[in-house]
Parts: sequence; C-alpha cells; structure tokens
Amino acid sequence: MEHIISVTVENKFGVLSRVAGLFSGRGFNIESLSVAPTLDPSMSQMTIVTSGDERIIEQIVKQLNKLIDVIKVVDLNETEFVSRETAIIKVHTKDADRAEALRIVDIFRANVIDSTPGTYTIEVSGDPKKIGAIINLLQPLGIKELVRTGRVAVAREPVRPVSVQTKKVARE
Amino acid sequence: MKLTGAQIFIECLKREGVKTVFALPGGVVLKIFDTLHQQKDIEIILTRHEQGAGHMAEGYAKATGKAGVCLVTSGPGMTNVITALADAYMDSVPLVCFSGQVPTSLIGNDAFQEADNIGLSRPCTKYNFLVKDVNDLAATIKEAFYIATTGRPGPVLVDIPKDVSMAEAEFSYPNSVSIRGYNPTYEGNKWQIKQAAEAIAKARKPILYVGGGVVFSGASQELLELAEMTQIPVDMTLMGLGAFPGEHPLSLGMMGMHGTYEANMAVHYSDLVIAVGSRFDDRVTGKVSEFCPHAKVIHIDIDPTSIRKNIHVDIPIVGDCKAVLRELNQILRATVNGEQKELRKPWWDQIQAWRQAHPLTYQQEKDGPIKPQQVVKRLYELTKDRDPIVSTDVGQHQMWAAQYFKLAKPNRWLTSGGLGTMGFGFPAAMGAQAAFRNRLVLCIAGDGSIQMNMQEMATAVVSKLPVKIIILNNRFHGMVRQWQDLFYNGRYASSDLENTPDFVKLAEAYGAVGLRANTMADLDGVLKKAIETEGPVIVDVPTYRFENCYPMIPAGGCNHEMLLEDPPELKQKQAGGKNVTPEDKDTVLTA
Ligand SMILES: Cc1cc2nc3c(=O)[nH]c(=O)nc-3n(C[C@H](O)[C@H](O)[C@H](O)COP(=O)(O)OP(=O)(O)OC[C@H]3O[C@@H](n4cnc5c(N)ncnc54)[C@H](O)[C@@H]3O)c2cc1C
Ligand SMILES: Cc1ncc(C[n+]2csc(CCOP(=O)(O)OP(=O)(O)O)c2C)c(N)n1
Ligand SMILES: [Mg+2]
Repeated sequence: MEHIISVTVENKFGVLSRVAGLFSGRGFNIESLSVAPTLDPSMSQMTIVTSGDERIIEQIVKQLNKLIDVIKVVDLNETEFVSRETAIIKVHTKDADRAEALRIVDIFRANVIDSTPGTYTIEVSGDPKKIGAIINLLQPLGIKELVRTGRVAVAREPVRPVSVQTKKVARE
Repeated sequence: MKLTGAQIFIECLKREGVKTVFALPGGVVLKIFDTLHQQKDIEIILTRHEQGAGHMAEGYAKATGKAGVCLVTSGPGMTNVITALADAYMDSVPLVCFSGQVPTSLIGNDAFQEADNIGLSRPCTKYNFLVKDVNDLAATIKEAFYIATTGRPGPVLVDIPKDVSMAEAEFSYPNSVSIRGYNPTYEGNKWQIKQAAEAIAKARKPILYVGGGVVFSGASQELLELAEMTQIPVDMTLMGLGAFPGEHPLSLGMMGMHGTYEANMAVHYSDLVIAVGSRFDDRVTGKVSEFCPHAKVIHIDIDPTSIRKNIHVDIPIVGDCKAVLRELNQILRATVNGEQKELRKPWWDQIQAWRQAHPLTYQQEKDGPIKPQQVVKRLYELTKDRDPIVSTDVGQHQMWAAQYFKLAKPNRWLTSGGLGTMGFGFPAAMGAQAAFRNRLVLCIAGDGSIQMNMQEMATAVVSKLPVKIIILNNRFHGMVRQWQDLFYNGRYASSDLENTPDFVKLAEAYGAVGLRANTMADLDGVLKKAIETEGPVIVDVPTYRFENCYPMIPAGGCNHEMLLEDPPELKQKQAGGKNVTPEDKDTVLTA
C-alpha cells in the first residue's frame, strides 16, 4: 500500500544521500521524494512517497528515525492529510491546437506560464489523478517535455511523530 | 592559546581517555602523526595494513567495552579500513576511525590519493563527519565518541582534511553533546515490562535467547539473577557467548546453525521466548516462518529497528538490557515463588532428555589424527583458570571454538559474527592484548583465515603483543568444504588449499616463536609450552582434514531438524579417504 511519509531533517550537507542510501541499501521503494528548507532554516522537510506492506512501512519509519540527522518522522497515512503535486508540461502547439490547449488549461485551472510560437508551457497542481488526467488530454497535441515535483503533503491536524525524539542534553 | 588541528585532535583523545591508537601513516595525516610522535600519553601501535588497524580497534573495544580508535590516511588507507568498519557496523562495535583527507580546496578534484571517504563509509558506519573547519574539530570528535558508544554502539568515521590538521583554533572541549535527532532510549516502558513479568510467571516452557546486546550493556549480573530466580534455561547466540557462564547448569550453550541440540530444540518447542539484546539473525532463526512456532515472544532491544524486523514480537521493550532487566527482576522478585519450579519441572525433564540424547560429540582416537574439537577442548581445559580472552577467525574452527570453549564472563570473546570476516581473529586478539598487556590472549585460527592478516605478526613482534595463535590446520577452507560435501556432491571447488606455508618457519621469519603438534602425544605439551612462552607464538596443529562441524541446521531449515553427523555416503567416503587427492575423490564417493 502507498504511504506518504513526512520527514523533518537537519538542513545540512549529505542528509539527502543518507536518506536515499537507506532506501536503496535496504531495497525499500521510493516513488517520489521532495525536499526543501522549512521556516526554520536549520531544518528541511522531506515528503517521501513509498509503498510496502505494514511490516515494511514499520521498518521504513523506524530506520528513518534511526538516522541521526532525522528529527521527526510522521506517517501521514495514520491521519488525514492534504497533498499536492505540481507538473510543468511543455506542449507542442500548431495553430489549430492552441485554442484547444487553452481550453484544457481552463478546465483544469492550470496556468500557461510561457509561450512561444510553437509551444505552450503549462503549470498544473493537484493530486496525482488530476495531473494524470490533464496529461492524457494534452498528449494528443504532443507533449515535448514533462517535469513533476513529486508530492508534498501536510496533515490536517497536528499529529504526534511516530517516535518522539526530544531534544537531548546528554552524558557528562 | 591557539592549537593546531593536530594538537586539538590529541587533546580531544586524551579527554576521551584514549590510551592506544592503531594507525598507519600517509601524506595527509603526517601532521597528526608528527604531533603524536612528540607526546607520551597516547600509544601508537603501527600496524602493517589498515584492515589490521581496524580489527585491532575492534578487539580493543570488545575487550574493554570502550571505543576503539584507529587512524588511517586518505585514499587507499581509507579503502583498506572499510572491511573493518563494515565488520564493526554489523556487530555493533564502538569504534572511532579517523581518516585523512586531501586539503579542502582540492576535495572533488580527483586529487592524489583522494577518495570520497564519506560516501565510501556511509553504508557501513553509524555516522560519519567531514570536518571542514578546524573550529569545529573538537565538537565533532566529542560527538563522534558519543555516537559510537551510546545507544546501539557502532563505528563512526571522522574525515580530517590536511589543511584542517594544520590550521589553528582556540581549543575548548564541550562538556556535553546535544543532537536533536539522536536520543537513544535506555529505560523500558514500565507497562510493557509488567506484561513481560506476567508472561514469564505463567510460562511453562520459557527460554532466554541472549545476544551481544547483553555484553555491550554490561547486563550479565542482571541476566544471571533473572535466570536463577526464575529457573529459565539460557540459549546464547554466537555474539552472546560469555554473557552467561558457559558451565552454568542453566546454560544450554550456543543456539542456531551450529548450536547445541538442546539449545535449538528448546527454542523450537518453547512457549515463551525472551530475547535479550539479540536480533533474530537468519543463522539463528533458520526458516523464519517455523521459528519458535508455539511461543509468545518478548524482545528487549535498544534499537527499535531490531524489533519485528524478522519475526513477530508480542511484547516489545525498547531499552537498555541492564536497565530493563533490573526493572523486570524487581517485579519478579515480588511475584516469583516456588511454584514456577514445579510448573516447569516437565520442561526441565525434557531439556535433560535432549541433553543426554545428543550431546556435542566427536571421535578422537588415541593415535589417530588430531581432531580439531580436541584441540579446542584441551586448550580450554589448560587455560580456563587464567581467564583468557579468546578470538577466532571465521570458519569451522570458529564454530568449534564457540561450542567447546566455555566462557565464564563477558568481554572475553572476540569473533566476527555478522560480516563473518576471515582475517579478523589475529588483529582483534592483538587489540585486546594492547588493552590488557598481562592477560592471556588466545587466537583460535583457521589456516585459510590466518593468511588474510598474517602481516600483522610484524606488529605483534615489534609492539610486544604476545598473542598465542593456535591454527587448526586442515589445509582446507574447511567450512566451504563442508558445504561442498553436504550440498555440492563433494566437488571441492577452490576449497582445497593443498599446501599451506610452514607456519613454524613463518613465525620464526617474523621473529616470533613457532611450534607444531603433529600427534596427540605432542598436543598438551605444545599447548602448554605456547602458553608459557613470553612473546607471540604460532602453534600449528595439523588436524584431521575431513572433520565436519555438527549439529548443523542447513540454511533455511527448521531449528528442530538438525544434522547431527555425516550422512552415510559421506562417512563411507571418508573412511576410505583420509588422504584423498582431488583426482580420486569421485572414485571414493562411488566406492
Ligand atoms: C560461519 C558463521 C557461523 C555462524 N553460526 C552461528 C550460529 O550457529 N549461531 C549463532 O547464534 N550465530 C551464528 N553466527 C553469527 C550470526 O551471523 C550473527 O552474527 C549472530 O547470530 C548475531 O548475534 P546477536 O543476535 O546476539 O546480535 P548482535 O549482532 O550481537 O546484535 C546485538 C543486538 O543487541 C542490541 N543491543 C546493543 N546494545 C544493547 C543494549 N545496551 N541494550 C539492549 N540491546 C542492545 C542491538 O540493537 C542488536 O539488536 C555465525 C556466523 C558465522 C560467520
Ligand atoms: C574475507 C572472507 N572471504 C571469504 C569468506 C567465505 N568463507 C567462510 S569460511 C571460509 C573458509 C575458512 O577457512 P579456514 O580459515 O581455514 O577455516 P576452517 O573452516 O578450515 O576452520 C571461507 C572462504 C569469508 N567468510 N570471509
Ligand atoms: Mg582451514
């Protein structure tokens, strides 16, 4: 089953490769991963979309928690959450198709963010279904390039992290 | 006053109580070596290979319970130490490895002897640091020791570029460490511990399954109290040996692939498995779906990822063995009474029956070839009063050492379990000897394994580390040959070493003492002589070449289905084949 896991990490060199290395080294699935700094610039927020049975997800969450640079792990599937993904789609548009492209953009409440005589560049956000649908409609016009951000998500209400890692004042 | 990076490095090690560093120099770490050379508080043991330095640090750590420290240069120095880091990571050994790095301005330029030390070591360290600024050096070293030795211990790498060791900074050593993402749990959940106590009181067929975590945690006393109070038998993993006295009537010895019959039967038929600091490795569980099929499982472990990784656990307790067992004992003291003994009488009767049915066994003829088990048994009997530290390499000899050398106390057993690194034994023994100069340190080695780090004999002689190496010499990769006999129709693909070097002469070439026991009549005398000799010794014992190690649970088999001896066709072959040459093996098999 698909799970969206939200991970708060130290914003420093090498953290992304530790997380990515964990997934590849242990053979866990990684469907998408997005990362950017939080309000507090010393931390970054990762959203990881992964899949596996209950036992695997439990291991993923535990293994993430075990990483020293990981501050907080939340399995969003344990709660209600909203998620979004953005895609930027460059479509090939011959004269006759330009109006059709704009109509599709309109229906999906997408935006044209760039235009050249032969192309439109369209930005669309939404859930994966919506993005899939607009891609389907634009495909006959000829998609030249497509980039997607991967999903980002937040819980609707504050949730307890899977394992609370409080700040440590240690030994000696 | 300002200090150089190299001086800061040394001050930090002193603050951490480091007395010994296992090291091999190179261009980018020369400043550190030069500074170390001018002080007396920390001893440098110059090894002949960086893998040796790493395993020595491991041996030091396992014997002392403190972090072992090694220091290597960039590039090839780093790649050479990787095996030891991976070994330490698998077996949770606290280690701090310092590596040199090219100057910060050259990192990423494919500079001379540059390697991506952080990238190389990431999958085989608990954590690693690249120090880019000399002002961060002291705090980084403090964190490195803290991470290596707390929670589930493990190796930590600190990569120090050349310019950082040369640059100057004010020195101040932090008093405490604060890492917001790292907060190991020591105290177990009280409610869970109460559940465990209730389950223990009720169980009719309980078994303790004890692992390396008890050794790291120093919880042997608490374990002994628990076992004696509740009269629960104790199974140990390979890494747990010594955590509970091997000769204690409650000890069933080692469990798992080459464990004793009673240890494996007991875990299979038990109704309550109490795992303490052990991680359900596949060498222990065999076929996971058939592992202790009738039992409830309690699992005490400091690392949440160990729990429910391989098997279902009914009562998980995250915490330090010592703290949790203390709490558990306290509850049990109030509730345990004579009833449990009565309740478990049938269980103990059953275990005694298993013990008597199939004890560990081998046939030693008086004037036949020396059996490897006999060597370990005699070595044990001759040295047990001296409380020796014992290391092993990897292979059959390791399993026989585990079966026949019954350790009374923890931190005496140095072996490579998780990675199974041939070549571990000798340097690990040297590391322990460096920590305890006056103790007897034995290395039970295989003829194959010893050749993987033989070069360290030069270190042992020069640094006066009087380790006694006993080679069980079957001129085979014996463990490989055993599998080939059992599962590959006796085809000895690359397992027959045919000829090993003359280990006696080899010892002498290094300036050590070499001895050989050719016959049963020689054996005791030679072993005694080795023990009495002052410096490092190699004892070469040519043993019966075709001895196999039993019991054995074939990989993926069930714990109650053990092979207890050679299958008939193999016996037949060996009866005619004491000196089988590779050519006539097939003939013997079909004869
Ligand atoms: C040739 C060969 C044959 C082998 N055959 C066998 C065999 O027959 N039987 C066998 O048992 N093994 C065998 N092994 C070893 C096996 O591969 C594993 O290394 C071993 O079983 C693991 O032991 P362990 O479960 O005690 O875990 P360890 O690797 O010792 O791990 C310790 C566990 O304790 C936890 N821990 C650490 N510190 C603490 C603390 N303070 N408090 C609480 N928990 C803590 C850790 O998180 C970890 O889960 C063999 C190895 C080789 C090379
Ligand atoms: C570095 C390394 N390479 C290969 C192996 C695979 N292996 C396991 S046991 C063994 C044979 C060991 O031979 P020896 O040291 O003579 O011990 P014996 O089994 O004969 O007692 C081998 C090759 C290993 N464990 N480690
Ligand atoms: Mg051998």
